[in-house]
Amino acid sequence: MDWGLLLTQLMNGLQLGLLLFLLASGLTLVFGIMDFINLSHGSFYMIGAYFCGSIVARGGSFLAAVLIALIGMFVVGAVIERVIARRLYRADHLDHVLATFGLILIFDAIVHIVWGPSGMAIPLPSVLDGQVTLGSLVLPTYRLVIISGGLLVAAILSMLVTRSRLGMMIRAGASNRTMVEALGVNIHKLFLVVFAIGATMSGFAGMLIAPITEASIGMGNDIIIIAFVVVIVGGIGSVKGAFYASILIGLIDTLGRSYLDDLLEIFMSLDYAETAAPALSAMLVYILMAVVLAFRPQGLFPPAGIRA
Amino acid sequence: MNIKRYMMRVVLPIVFIALPTGLMAADSVRIGFVTTLTTPAGVIGTDMKNSVELALEHIGNKMGGLDVELIIEDDGFKPDIGKQKTDKLVKQDDVDFVTGFIWSHVLLASRQSALDAGKFLISANAGPSKMAGALCHENFFSTSWQNDQTPMAMGEYLTQQGVKSLYIMVPNYAAGKDMLSGTESTFQGEVVGKDLTKWGADAQLDFSAELAKAKASGAEGLFVFYPGKAGGAFLRQYQQAGLQDELPLYSVFTVDSISLPRFQDAEMSGVLGSRMAMFWSPDLDTPGNRRFVSAYLEKHGRYPSFYGAQSYDAIMLIHSAVEAVGGNLDDKDGIRAALKAANFESVRGPYTYGNNHMPIQNFYIREVVEDEAGRWTTRIVDTVFENHQDPYASECKM
Repeated sequence: MDWGLLLTQLMNGLQLGLLLFLLASGLTLVFGIMDFINLSHGSFYMIGAYFCGSIVARGGSFLAAVLIALIGMFVVGAVIERVIARRLYRADHLDHVLATFGLILIFDAIVHIVWGPSGMAIPLPSVLDGQVTLGSLVLPTYRLVIISGGLLVAAILSMLVTRSRLGMMIRAGASNRTMVEALGVNIHKLFLVVFAIGATMSGFAGMLIAPITEASIGMGNDIIIIAFVVVIVGGIGSVKGAFYASILIGLIDTLGRSYLDDLLEIFMSLDYAETAAPALSAMLVYILMAVVLAFRPQGLFPPAGIRA
Repeated sequence: MNIKRYMMRVVLPIVFIALPTGLMAADSVRIGFVTTLTTPAGVIGTDMKNSVELALEHIGNKMGGLDVELIIEDDGFKPDIGKQKTDKLVKQDDVDFVTGFIWSHVLLASRQSALDAGKFLISANAGPSKMAGALCHENFFSTSWQNDQTPMAMGEYLTQQGVKSLYIMVPNYAAGKDMLSGTESTFQGEVVGKDLTKWGADAQLDFSAELAKAKASGAEGLFVFYPGKAGGAFLRQYQQAGLQDELPLYSVFTVDSISLPRFQDAEMSGVLGSRMAMFWSPDLDTPGNRRFVSAYLEKHGRYPSFYGAQSYDAIMLIHSAVEAVGGNLDDKDGIRAALKAANFESVRGPYTYGNNHMPIQNFYIREVVEDEAGRWTTRIVDTVFENHQDPYASECKM
């Protein structure tokens, strides 16, 4: 067993998990508190990446670009909530899906018109573009940046949800929305803030990933499906659940891609293992979701007060 | 007059009068071009479209005295849409030639629609093994290559260079598997590991797990095939992982004239000096290529890609065939014979067709360099195969 490789793969899994958390935490709050299915949550991921890339391209430093783009994302999220999402809360889930699918198409078209179809590569400052040596391990510096950024945001969000007044309202909203409204909380304001925070975090995930994969049209649509899996596995409305489920899914996906072919070779011929491993590792995450739905349909960590 | 009545009385009759005249214009050559114009892969389609339009300019939009009518369709990177669009071109537009096709799985899904209707099908990129072998057809031609050939050239080159062990990463779809088998067939050293990564609309773009495995494998070289946006993502991560010095990169169809300007903007200097196999390069010194590349550079301000070169050739090949039959499009046998003769100034220089209508052509090794004007491009450094025929020709009963 190559322990160095295993450790590297664990780090890679953690990094993927934290990115998923940034997406899924906003999704789970919006889904849990407002009962609103937002397929276009992935579009914020894309818009964040393009915002950040455009500022860097105009000569901004990467850090400044991220900060400015975060503010931009909060504004975008607030505007979408006020203009579009707010009209849809009372409609049923099918209407949410249709409307937000339409939003995806609109966002994709806007990006196509403004930035063109070719995607955008985002250069990193040379400090972040190198590698860090930890004992016998050599890791790309930027991967560590993603991990620390993700953990930082997770910590801030956790403080916000468990310690602040806003967090109390969010938790109460996830458990029983009607009661929160009856107690006189300005539910419109709460929804606006939650939606905008969700959009900001989704955008942040996009900014973090873009220097690795480049910004491209529809980049968010690829990852939003997995984010929904995280929401379901973790328990709808639960930030804590989203955190653990994200890390779990990040690790399963990465370790599956790394070790499944070796594992299958024990049972079958090399040729079969090589064909079966990629197909099976792509399915692992969904198998997990099916198992969770079968045995614990409320998710692994449902918000307090929710019983299936 | 309200709008509805206006539509009924004025617009509809105009439409009905205009329609038949459009359909009856039989004295033109109709060419349907299926490519990808949306999704991030749309940049490839745009490059092909630019090149097709350039080819039409160069022949004055005439073939055998007939006007050329070009109909471009977008397959959206999906086999089912590609097939629908081919059906539309064949049935509704009644085109004479169907060409284009970036993706092997799209071409495989669409081939029957075109061939069963008796149309000529000319691939300007995809070269799946089945269509060179058991599924070969008298009306199918290619102006590109069979998928295996380019990686075969790469494998041969690696053997010549004395590389003893190789790690392979390709996407998990028809062309990815052809690239894998092509490299393995000519590479004499040991393949110490391979990864088939998820492909399609939700393709895997984070290669951290695979790169860590490749590094740990201790291979002397890394072979990859990542067309389109995945190529940029891959190179980025390869550079960030600091692998340039310990795991040299050999690629096919991953670095091209579409991605190089973007890499240059992002200052990804790790790509300079990397080598790839290809049947063509912008600096290839043939009369057809000089004309194509200089006109493209002047019009679009950057080098054309191999996708563009193949598309330019597809139009020029059709042009040569329609000229040969003097514009008589009913003479299918004459057109077929002329296509097979490949009697035109190809950007790659003269080439011939094998029994399966795949080109028999040279393969080169090209290297990423900076040109005199400071633009990043590729330059030929070696010839690996001369007049190379694909390995599936013997499976074709033609």
